Amino acid sequence: MDNYKIKKDFPILKNNIAYLDSAATTQKPESVLRAIQKFYEENNANPHRGAYKLSINATRVYDEAREKVAHFINAENSNQIVFTRNATEALNLIAYSYGLNKIKKDDEILLSIMEHHSNLVPWQYVAKKTGAKLNYMYTNDEGKLTDEEIENKIKKGVKIVGITHVSNVLGTVNEVEKIIKKAHEVGAIVVLDASQSVPHMKVDVQKLNADFLVFSGHKMLSPLGIGVLYGKKELLEDMTPFLYGGDMIEYVYEQDTTFAEVPTKFEAGTQNVEGAVGLSAAIDYLNNIGMDKVESIEEELMQYAISELSKLDFITIYGPKDIKSKASVISFNVNGIHPHDVASVLDSCDVCIRSGNHCAQPLLRYMGIDSTCRASFYIYNTKEDVDKLIEALYKTRDMFSKWIKKG
Amino acid sequence: MDDLESIYTDIIMEQSISEHNKHKLEEMDKSEHGHNPSCGDDITLEIKFDGDKIKDLAFTGHGCAISQASTSIMIDLLKGKTKEEAKQLIDIFLKMIKREKVDEEELEKIEDARALQNISNMPAKVKCAELAW
Repeated sequence: MDNYKIKKDFPILKNNIAYLDSAATTQKPESVLRAIQKFYEENNANPHRGAYKLSINATRVYDEAREKVAHFINAENSNQIVFTRNATEALNLIAYSYGLNKIKKDDEILLSIMEHHSNLVPWQYVAKKTGAKLNYMYTNDEGKLTDEEIENKIKKGVKIVGITHVSNVLGTVNEVEKIIKKAHEVGAIVVLDASQSVPHMKVDVQKLNADFLVFSGHKMLSPLGIGVLYGKKELLEDMTPFLYGGDMIEYVYEQDTTFAEVPTKFEAGTQNVEGAVGLSAAIDYLNNIGMDKVESIEEELMQYAISELSKLDFITIYGPKDIKSKASVISFNVNGIHPHDVASVLDSCDVCIRSGNHCAQPLLRYMGIDSTCRASFYIYNTKEDVDKLIEALYKTRDMFSKWIKKG
Repeated sequence: MDDLESIYTDIIMEQSISEHNKHKLEEMDKSEHGHNPSCGDDITLEIKFDGDKIKDLAFTGHGCAISQASTSIMIDLLKGKTKEEAKQLIDIFLKMIKREKVDEEELEKIEDARALQNISNMPAKVKCAELAW
């Protein structure tokens, strides 16, 4: 399988657009779309509810999806996989059910400055509610966290470290193994936002020794509205429920309730079985290509994109330049032109990029910029997409050239 | 590209880089901060009244060419007008942007702001044009 062949599996890409916004959400292959349709045609019922065959089928496909996810990230057991709406909901679940209960006044919550708002705003809430301190690890000029910064900031008193595996703005691949090891030494647990890593590289929760790990299905070929929380068994079991209601209970009395076991304890109400089925089909699709191959396709594309973009003397590229510490995301600015205007011109050339602050306002403020253009890649992108981007950037420059402010 | 050229016109581009309305006022009666969190456009307007009239108006902040131009054009238009006149002009502008029916006579009243009329064809940019108004 190569990316040209892969691209043919994506109906939406048939009209030849250069879709370079996969860090926001990915397109879906036909097999995923078909799996969802098949679910509704053959297996749809409310899982865990009925004694009839259809309901049992719906329960089975939902449970199989959980097994598939567990296997994909090498979790010890599928009951450590909680389905959520997305990574944001998974992070809120951790903040509410773990953070608010375990964090005490004057404890420290430590985040990296490159966190997406989803792994930042919930922790601000926890800090304000509990009286804990909220601190940050800052990046160097290359957009990386240095060993020194990790060593200095992860110290006694830190109880939670929130870190993104891969920055959605800079593409920086953080050395999370090192961070997790250091955090455990000082008695902290680590909340790993793997939204930009699990879709793109082999992630092994046991090898990482991750305490919590979250990601969104829609960033890895699945439908919108399905996300994953992985947690260590003892942590999940010790947590209070997040949402209350049907299915997450054991016995309900007038004044009191006992709760179901993990993970059902965290899955109140009728779940998004369609999403789980789609995610399961997406994992099949990725496994069929092989995550090693996914990595090598993206690495080749990134190498080409960085080398071509570096030739443009009218743009500024942010973040690491070395391919080994950068994954699938490139942020840049066309000098003197606002990113939204760039994105509008690119759109007219059928090149889809993101412009703005990428839900990472503190990082951009720290970098001293208001917004960037961001091109992000996935397995269906080709060198021709990069060429279209480059051509459209020349057009942008030409169109605005007489208006670009010098100096 | 045709669509784009009807949006990024000379009037708009000149206004977007012109700094004549982009500063703080020495004296002001009111300031209003507008922000578009999804894209990061961020504009603060300052206003000084003389009785019922808008004596002075200026802005600071950042954003795309459209938001900058639209703000500057608005300031040129509203300076010296009464509050009531200003309200009417803003109303005409917003109707134009939202593609509601506005007659020619009314459109003439908003002068250079008519240059933003084609923005209504570009949904992604409508909120940039509206931010200051």
